Amino acid sequence: MLTLKDVCKTFNRGSANEKVALQCIDLNVNEGDFITVIGGNGAGKSTMLNMISGAFPVDSGLIKMGSENVTNQPEHVRANRIGRVFQDPMMGTAGDMWIEENLAIAYRRGKKRGFKWGVTKDERVLYKELLAPFDLGLEDRLQTKVSLLSGGQRQALTLLMATIQRPDILLLDEHTAALDPKTASKVLSMADTLIKEHNLTAIMVTHNMKDAIKYGNRIIMMMNGKIIYDVSGEEKAKLQVADLLKKFEVSAGEEFTSDRMLLV
Amino acid sequence: MELLSSILRNLPDALSLGLVWGIMAIGVYITFKVLDIADMTVDGTFALGGCIVASTISAGWNPWMSSLLAVVCGMGAGFMTGTLHTKFKIPAILAGILTMLSLYSINLIILGGKSNIGMSQFGEQRVDTIVDTITALFGATSKTTTIIMGLILAVLIIGGLYWFFGTEKGCLIRATGINEAMVKAQGGNTDNMKIMGIIIANGFVALSGALVAQIQRYGDVGMGTGTIVIGLASIIIGEVIFGTKCSFKMRMVSVFFGSIAYRVIIATVLLLGFNPNNLKLLTALLVIAALSVPTLREYLTERKRVKENISTYEGVDTNVDA
Repeated sequence: MLTLKDVCKTFNRGSANEKVALQCIDLNVNEGDFITVIGGNGAGKSTMLNMISGAFPVDSGLIKMGSENVTNQPEHVRANRIGRVFQDPMMGTAGDMWIEENLAIAYRRGKKRGFKWGVTKDERVLYKELLAPFDLGLEDRLQTKVSLLSGGQRQALTLLMATIQRPDILLLDEHTAALDPKTASKVLSMADTLIKEHNLTAIMVTHNMKDAIKYGNRIIMMMNGKIIYDVSGEEKAKLQVADLLKKFEVSAGEEFTSDRMLLV
Repeated sequence: MELLSSILRNLPDALSLGLVWGIMAIGVYITFKVLDIADMTVDGTFALGGCIVASTISAGWNPWMSSLLAVVCGMGAGFMTGTLHTKFKIPAILAGILTMLSLYSINLIILGGKSNIGMSQFGEQRVDTIVDTITALFGATSKTTTIIMGLILAVLIIGGLYWFFGTEKGCLIRATGINEAMVKAQGGNTDNMKIMGIIIANGFVALSGALVAQIQRYGDVGMGTGTIVIGLASIIIGEVIFGTKCSFKMRMVSVFFGSIAYRVIIATVLLLGFNPNNLKLLTALLVIAALSVPTLREYLTERKRVKENISTYEGVDTNVDA
């Protein structure tokens, strides 16, 4: 489904702030995989997602979606096949527009946008149906500006926008990190439901080990721009937080103590 | 009392000028408010529209064709700025200034090296402007014609833009001005959306310049100086009258009302004996005041809060252990 081959990225190359973000990583994502990605700050998790979405160009390496080489495809072209939810709840929606307008823009992802009316009557019915299961009361507020919503509501909306046109791959970049614990777990289970319901292929970056274990069928651990651990299926299902911590300890050695606080 | 009657006597002029300049203000509204870009091109585009009609009409062109040409060229200028900004990554303000500066020379070329060209109303060199052709059609006075023409155009433009920004493409342009990351994530090409918005805006500005030149019967290379500030003043005055919370349609109506109110204000200060040379200074001060009021208000409330907070604890025993 998605293949990363020898993908490298260094920020601020040649300057004092040089930062190696990805050290030539290889990754094969299979159709229907729900991968959770964990790792300390600066491990390269978000960079990997940004390489996949095309937000930044790669330094070298190859990215393929299906059989198509998308390495040099611009972000907005790739977006036709990729659904994204960002860490910042403000980033995924246009605050000064209505809920239905935001949904309508997402509904037309991958389609030609012409001079037909931006939101149709039939769509409104559809949006109400899709928003109702979230149980946030958004279905009755289609003509409310998104800026009036809470962070959790905005992330729920972004989640729906990312999946309203079935994406080939769904990228969740710490999409609950800015929310309070209760809202975070609600938004997480929404994502899980959507992924299962539509049988989506997804990659979710998280700082929370418990969530990483609870969700998905495969887990990837990153450190210093490398993938240091990659398990799926049975083995993943049996995984405990203690196992992951141990794995970290072995790989990171002394660095571990500083990372421990961030990961539990 | 005398002043009031003078103002009233000037009202038709303020109305016609306000409506025609309002078309320019709508252009500025599209870039400044919808796209969130300060597009300096408009100073050049306004003069471009005026210069094109002045030189072509005085050369015997049909005024409608001249005005159409002005709009198309204005859109070309917008395309230039939009491309410089998005494809060549030049900051929007600088991209606009560069196009504006080039347009100054281009406008001089259009006027054949002269700094202005008149469209003669009398004698053998007499030529017809749009106002003349409409006046001849309906037999009204040219003043009434201008007002009716301005009103019809305002209604058409508000209706047209309301439709356009409600379409799939229009929605995406609006979203681009609010959150580029979201548009990119939803597969929208933000560069093209910005270019399209700037093109449309400059089309309106050139149309406004073309009409103003035909009403005053001459085109001048300097006629665009300060256009963007006048546009901003109109938007801001409109906001003062209508507020900022109204619908998109009403926002556009408010821009036209703002533009008319601006003309009334200008006429009034001139009647009060204000030196016309200082008009641009007055306009700039008006915009500066309006733009800085929110910051000043915030500063004052913040200072009040700090003072209150300090006085609350004045004389209070702050020893927590006690």
